[in-house]
Amino acid sequence: MDQELHYEYNVEGGDFSRAGYASSQIKKILKRLNIDAGVIKRTVVACYEAEVNIVAHAYSGAVYFDIESNRLKIVFRDEGPGIEDIEMAMTEGFSTASEEVREMGFGAGMGLSNMKKNADQLNIESEVGRGTRVEIIINT
Amino acid sequence: MKVSDIVRILDGRLVCGDNRSDYTIDVAFASDLMSDVLTLVNDNVLLITGLANLQTIRTAEMSDINCIVFARNKKVSQEMVSLAEESGISLIECRYSVFRTCGLLYQAGVKPVY
Repeated sequence: MDQELHYEYNVEGGDFSRAGYASSQIKKILKRLNIDAGVIKRTVVACYEAEVNIVAHAYSGAVYFDIESNRLKIVFRDEGPGIEDIEMAMTEGFSTASEEVREMGFGAGMGLSNMKKNADQLNIESEVGRGTRVEIIINT
Repeated sequence: MKVSDIVRILDGRLVCGDNRSDYTIDVAFASDLMSDVLTLVNDNVLLITGLANLQTIRTAEMSDINCIVFARNKKVSQEMVSLAEESGISLIECRYSVFRTCGLLYQAGVKPVY
């Protein structure tokens, strides 16, 4: 990319009607920039999983999207209960999601492992009782 | 297979999207669990589901899925239509069960994802 761009979006905890809005905006931006379709798909699938996690588990959060010279950096920061055991949370099938989340078609304990699969780098930091920061790096 | 063929085979109702579109699906995947849909890497996937909510449409948008069949007589809301139109996704309502829907499409030559 010739130019470096920065975007921010708010994500409300519990608001499933808007879950995916930020990821959708990111997809539109990447399409306008003519990024490779496979890269776009990996990016937005990872973003959508992260965004749904904020809606499903946190009280509020924000998405910081940076387009850098040879990579995309998307940071999801939330205020919420945090993750007690990140290694356990990464295990496919492990989930603490509510019934409401499951009714939406999520909460099967696949989100974090799918993010890892799609991202070139996935960094998760969490403090119980405070919140979580998820960083997704995609090389372009 | 074209969208118009899917509508005909399933005796379905095209709620949004273009019936004359040349867009063709290569494979189909049936799931009510959107997390499973989000793991697919194929292109031109038809999604068959009984889960009718906004996240079904969002999942399709992120996964580059351009056509969804809502089986078990599930109804598509106006909000879902608006979101689908934004991304050019065709929505088909169908009164058959997921099993029957899959059976008819499989018989007509639609291949599974795996």
